[in-house]
Amino acid sequence: MGRGWRVIELENVAYSYGGGELLSDISLRLAPGSFHFLTGPSGAGKTTFLKLCYLELAPTSGRVQLFDKPATGFSRNEVARARRRIGVVHQDCHFLDHLPLAENIALPLTVAGRNVAEEKGNIEELLRWVGLEKHTDALPPSLSGGERQRAALARAVVMSPDIVLADEPTGNVDWEMGQRLLQLLVELNKMGKTIVIATHDLNLIRTAKSKVAARVLRIAKRRLQLAGADL
Amino acid sequence: MSGIGGKVAGVLSALKVRTGKALALLQGDGQADRVVPPTGFTANLTLFTAGAMAFLAVFALALSLATGRVASRWSEELARSATLRISAPMEQREAQAAKALEVLESTPGVASARRLSDDEQRDLLAPWLGVDLPMEDLPVPVLIEVVEGEGLDVAGLKARLAGEVPGAVYDDHSRWREPLIRAASRLRLLGWVALGLIAASTAAMITLAAGSALAANARVIATLRLVGATDTYIARAFVRRFTQRALLGAAVGTSLAMLALALLPRAETTGGFLTGLGFTGAGWLLPLIVPMLAAITAFWATRASAFRTLRQVT
Ligand SMILES: Nc1ncnc2c1ncn2[C@@H]1O[C@H](COP(=O)(O)OP(=O)(O)OP(=O)(O)O)[C@@H](O)[C@H]1O
Ligand SMILES: [Mg+2]
Repeated sequence: MGRGWRVIELENVAYSYGGGELLSDISLRLAPGSFHFLTGPSGAGKTTFLKLCYLELAPTSGRVQLFDKPATGFSRNEVARARRRIGVVHQDCHFLDHLPLAENIALPLTVAGRNVAEEKGNIEELLRWVGLEKHTDALPPSLSGGERQRAALARAVVMSPDIVLADEPTGNVDWEMGQRLLQLLVELNKMGKTIVIATHDLNLIRTAKSKVAARVLRIAKRRLQLAGADL
Repeated sequence: MSGIGGKVAGVLSALKVRTGKALALLQGDGQADRVVPPTGFTANLTLFTAGAMAFLAVFALALSLATGRVASRWSEELARSATLRISAPMEQREAQAAKALEVLESTPGVASARRLSDDEQRDLLAPWLGVDLPMEDLPVPVLIEVVEGEGLDVAGLKARLAGEVPGAVYDDHSRWREPLIRAASRLRLLGWVALGLIAASTAAMITLAAGSALAANARVIATLRLVGATDTYIARAFVRRFTQRALLGAAVGTSLAMLALALLPRAETTGGFLTGLGFTGAGWLLPLIVPMLAAITAFWATRASAFRTLRQVT
């Protein structure tokens, strides 16, 4: 597959929004095919950490490497190309409100210049998997919070990316749907995709651990720690 | 006017090179166009302004070309002709006129010399003094129309006339010609300046319209970037839109202006400058460049503001 042995690498990364440092001295290597949970109190910087990984934010110090290349030197086109290999479920799902759901989910394919008509079957299957097959023509603002989250997950995986970064993907869905979404991510992981899920939901982490070799990262006191096996 | 025809052909063939690309841009990519929501109000404003600007541009162009034409006609016609006026007491008139004609005919470089008849002089005066003038009773000077040929020594001719025909005044129209030609070329310059200003205003207006469309779609742009769209892809969705509208608006404006020029009442006989406003022959192809220039201006203006906006998005 031509992938390096770490898809994301952070080296002594620090980030600050302008005030004090929010994240300090973070070093981490994510191997391809690994499955990580990211926890920590609200406001600890989980979303910020993920933004550093998909290059929405550049670290104030330290280095970020994506697919074995230093991301600090990426041109804007290289950033765009890297993002096609990273599926992101944003905490506040960003959709194009004027386009029906099916087109929103196909958006990564559209902007990458892929033939969406050819992928129609895949998109329908994906919509069925996240339980949105009845809403293909609905506009995003008319969907519930949980429906939007499921749609965001569908969009994140539509390109079959090497990495999936999910920020609270189960925050607004019931337990059963949460399990279903987790199952989708576990299946993707079995196909060799690298998965990172930011969540507060300890039950989700527990059930995941029974299905897959997941590790838990915790952000506390500005640092990233590997949590013990006690969960 | 083959000069203009040649220019038009040159510009058209230069544009043709890019036609393939331009056509692809204009046909658009349905899928890519949909990612940016329709921008109705700015769309109509762009359409209208492009149309109005094109209308003005065609008139400025017509003005420049017409003054150019008038200036060259005047300088040609007036440069080759002169008038000899003989004011003398009634009894000496005929003798002096005959003498003057004799002098003129024997001067090398005079192509022809012809005395205006009483009827012709009456026609010249009629607009001011009315018809039915008793020309015989009026101390009207004798007028001799001189057409200059090659190698006429005007100073020598004037000296000879002063000696032999005391009542003669030789007027080679230079007092008239120069300020007229100066005025005409100044007017032509103003026409080009107006064209330049129109092009600059069009660029400014499209930059503003594109800027407001880009600002209104900041979230859309950020979302597109996040799912992996390149700057070029996003810019193209906007560029295509504004280029199409500028082209359409300018095409309508240009057509209306050409129609208005074609319908201008003509009075060619007086050779008037105002009535000469318009295009001749192949010159009618020239205004067709206006919509293309509008489209090119819109293309670059939108592209520049799109990339400026995108630089602020990660
Ligand atoms: N654009 C911003 N400008 C300034 N401060 C910000 C910005 N975004 C986030 N912050 C601050 O950074 C801190 C971490 O935010 P972040 O969204 O990363 O937290 P989080 O761990 O994802 O929290 P949650 O679990 O509630 O989603 C918060 O205190 C937040 O107020
Ligand atoms: Mg968060």
